[in-house]
Parts: sequence; structure tokens; C-alpha cells
Amino acid sequence: MAEILALLQTPIGHVVLIVIQALALLVPMLIGVAYVTYAERKVLAGMQLRKGPNVVGPFGLLQPFADALKMLMKETVIPSGSNPLLFLMAPMLTFSLAMLAWAVIPVNDGWAIADINVGVLYLFAISSLGVYGVIIAGWASNSKYAFLGALRSAAQMISYEVSMGFVIVSVLLIAGTLNLSDIVRAQRTVWFFIPLFPMFVIFLISILAETNRPPFDLPEGESEIVAGFFVEYSSMSFALFFLGEYANMMLMSALTTILFLGGWLPPFDIAPFTWVPGPIWFILKICLVLFFYLWARAPFPRFRYDQLMRLGWKVFLPASLLWLVLTAGVMTMIHAGVFGHGA
Amino acid sequence: MAFIDRTARGLLLWELLAGMALTFSYFFKPKATINYPYEKGPLSPRFKGEHALRRYPNGEERCIACKLCEAICPAQAITIEAEPRDDGSRRTTRYDIDMTKCIYCGLCEEACPVDAIVEGPNFEYATETREELMYNKDKLLANGDRWETELAKRLELDAPYR
Repeated sequence: MAEILALLQTPIGHVVLIVIQALALLVPMLIGVAYVTYAERKVLAGMQLRKGPNVVGPFGLLQPFADALKMLMKETVIPSGSNPLLFLMAPMLTFSLAMLAWAVIPVNDGWAIADINVGVLYLFAISSLGVYGVIIAGWASNSKYAFLGALRSAAQMISYEVSMGFVIVSVLLIAGTLNLSDIVRAQRTVWFFIPLFPMFVIFLISILAETNRPPFDLPEGESEIVAGFFVEYSSMSFALFFLGEYANMMLMSALTTILFLGGWLPPFDIAPFTWVPGPIWFILKICLVLFFYLWARAPFPRFRYDQLMRLGWKVFLPASLLWLVLTAGVMTMIHAGVFGHGA
Repeated sequence: MAFIDRTARGLLLWELLAGMALTFSYFFKPKATINYPYEKGPLSPRFKGEHALRRYPNGEERCIACKLCEAICPAQAITIEAEPRDDGSRRTTRYDIDMTKCIYCGLCEEACPVDAIVEGPNFEYATETREELMYNKDKLLANGDRWETELAKRLELDAPYR
């Protein structure tokens, strides 16, 4: 045991340790992504009085693997008018960005691969970079539908990132840190979705738009622009987009969990809840937000483009700005000791 | 008052939440899907499925080669050739239905004076090649023998409305 510990102190050992940590996070994450696709079909089927996949394996549980196998067997079609390098790079970029972001997510107290002090900034930067995958895909496909989808997607992701930014800033104001683990620790007394409830709602709706999910799935818009930016993609290049989208959904759910739902913390700090280990709570909360994602797909029709922009710029932006100012004011008053026991 | 009511509902996302609650309640309702290959929906006695040529209980084929079905068939899917048999009765020597042409209108069944050609309850006769869908007399008679119980029952149930 001591030898192994000594080995881990060396630079090579350190790299090996990081690789092992990354695998320990990414492999369950990817399996999770596979099962989100299954869960989506099941949940949506349930809400439409259908049964969903139930033939492959018990309750259809092997369906994601059957789908993956099918994808692998297909031919990768590269349109003759496209730019092959960019065309193939775009899905890789989308997928790897969705993976990269997980580096800073704390699954439990101290269980983050990179426990950096600018975790929120890093996440925000990575999720903004996601637009590039979409834009490159739409441009390199050299197809009208793909291009329109990419434009829509870029505009939408940027619009909603603005109000999301303000929501995150208000959380940061309360937590007083950019470190994701510290944000969770700051929620020991009360989870942030209670004092920041309107922001929580805005954030929940914004993450739907940010990940291009229904009812904000205009970039895909099956009925108008076929499949949007990935209309020309097939086989594994399509699968990478698909996985990237679902990994992003999980990432946004994890972010919601960390910012508002107390990360790995149990809902009540008393006996039966504290017995359950942190990662289990974390996963349960992610599942809850993911269920919201799938649930929101059932009742609502797709937004029209101008409605989407109006909601983003004329409703969410002023609302989040207002609440940000309010939060800042209240925090200042608390620090000044207006409410008696100042910090 | 109406303004306050409307604004409050809008701000509290009342309609959105009501919609979500409704879809969520559907989650727990019994499913409309049936487990198809193992479980099948009910069929009306008038269901128009795969064709069959029926026989009399003594084994004699009903068809008298009147060619009314061939004449009425709007898709011209039926081809009949006929000759007198050794005992002097008029019988078909060839009775073909091109199932790829057939539109399942059921006019052949209605035109038949002796209930020989009927459309049965079977709808699971997909084949791997097109040629297998060119039914000849043997195939149709075999269908009749296979489905006779159901065919007779269906005719009996539908008789009051004919």
C-alpha cells in the first residue's frame, strides 16, 4: 500500500491517477447518458399512454446498446459539398466539450477531478464554447437547413446564456465563491432554490433553451428544418451530437443541482437522510432535474422564434437583472448588520 | 380585477403548471398500447383481410366461375379462366389474385352469388418476395380450408346486415 502511495507521488503516478479519476467519472456518466435516452423514450411514452421500448432485454433495458450498435454499423456519409475536416470535427468538438465540463463537477465533498476556484467560470466558458460545435456543423454541412438550424441555435444559446449568467451571479453573491464545492457547502443551512426561487425557475427554463430541448428545440425543429444543424450527419458523427446533447442535459442538471439543490447534501441533516452517501443524493437530484427535462417535452408545443427571443431578452433578462439587484441589496444589508447579526 | 387575475396567473406560470400536471397524471393511466405480436386488438366481422376461396361441407369448391368478382374488381386484380369439368359442371381452371394490386374493397365478396370468394380476418401474411403475393387457386383454397371456422362465423354474424 505504501509503495502504491509513493508511486502516486511521482509525476507519472499523478497523471495515471487523474486518468483513473476521469474514467471513474466519465464511464458511469456515459452509461448514464445512454440511459437518459432510454428514460426519455419511456417517460414520453408514459405521458402519451404508450409503453415505450420494452422488447430488447427486460423492460427494454438493453435498448440503448442496441441503438448504439446500430449507429456504429451505419455508414458515415460525408456530403460532397461539405468541408470534410470541419464536418467531422464539429461533432467531436461538441461531444468532447460536453465531457470536459465534468472535470469541475463535485460529486461529493472533495470528489471533483479539478477542484478549482473558478469552477463556475470554467463551466460557463465550456458551455459557451458549445456554440462552436453547432456553428461549425451547420457551416461545414453546406446545406440550407443545417445552416438555418445553426444560426437559430447560436442565437438561442447566446440569448439564454445572458440571463443564465445573471442567475448564476446572484447565486455567487450569496455563496461568495466561484468554487463549486464551496457553493454546495454554503447551502448547508438552506438550499439556494428557496431564497432564490424566481431565479431557480428562470434557470430551469433557461437550461431547456440552452441545451436546445423542447419546447425550445427550434434549432432541430423537425417539422420545419428537418433536424437543423445535424441534418447531414449520419452514423457515429450523428451519435456524437446525440450523446453531446444528452451529456449537456446531464451537465446542466448537475449545475442546477450544485447551484440550487444543494449538490451532495441530504435534504434534511437528520439521521435517515445522512446515512445515504453524498453521491447518491447528487445522482438522485440530477435524475429529478432530468425528469423535469423529459417532462417539459410532453405538454408544450415548440416556441415560435420571435416568442423565444422575446422570452429571453424581454422577460428573463429584466427579471433576472431585477432579482440580481435585489439579491445584492439584501446581501449588502445583511453584511452591514441591518438584520441584527451581521457577518 | 381581471387584469390582476390574468397577471398573477401569468407570473405564477399557472397554465404551464396545469399543463404539466395534466401530462403527469397521464403517466399513471393505463396504457393504450397493446403488446402486438402477443396481444391483438378486436376485429369486426366485416374486417377485410386476406382472401380465401371456400368449399361446401362435402369438400366441393363453391366457385362456379361466374366471373362476377373479376368483372367488379376495380383494381383488376382477379384473373379467372374456366372450363366445364368432366362431370359437366362449370369450374375454374385458374383463379389468381394479385395481392399487390388488391385494394381490399370487398366488392368481390359482395358480388359472389355463392359466398365462395371472401376476405378473411387474417392480416399477417407479409412475405419476403413480391412473387409470393401472386395468389393462385391452390393458395386461395388452402386459405379457405385454414380459416373456414372463422369465415363461416363471420358470414353468420354479418348476414343480418347484408
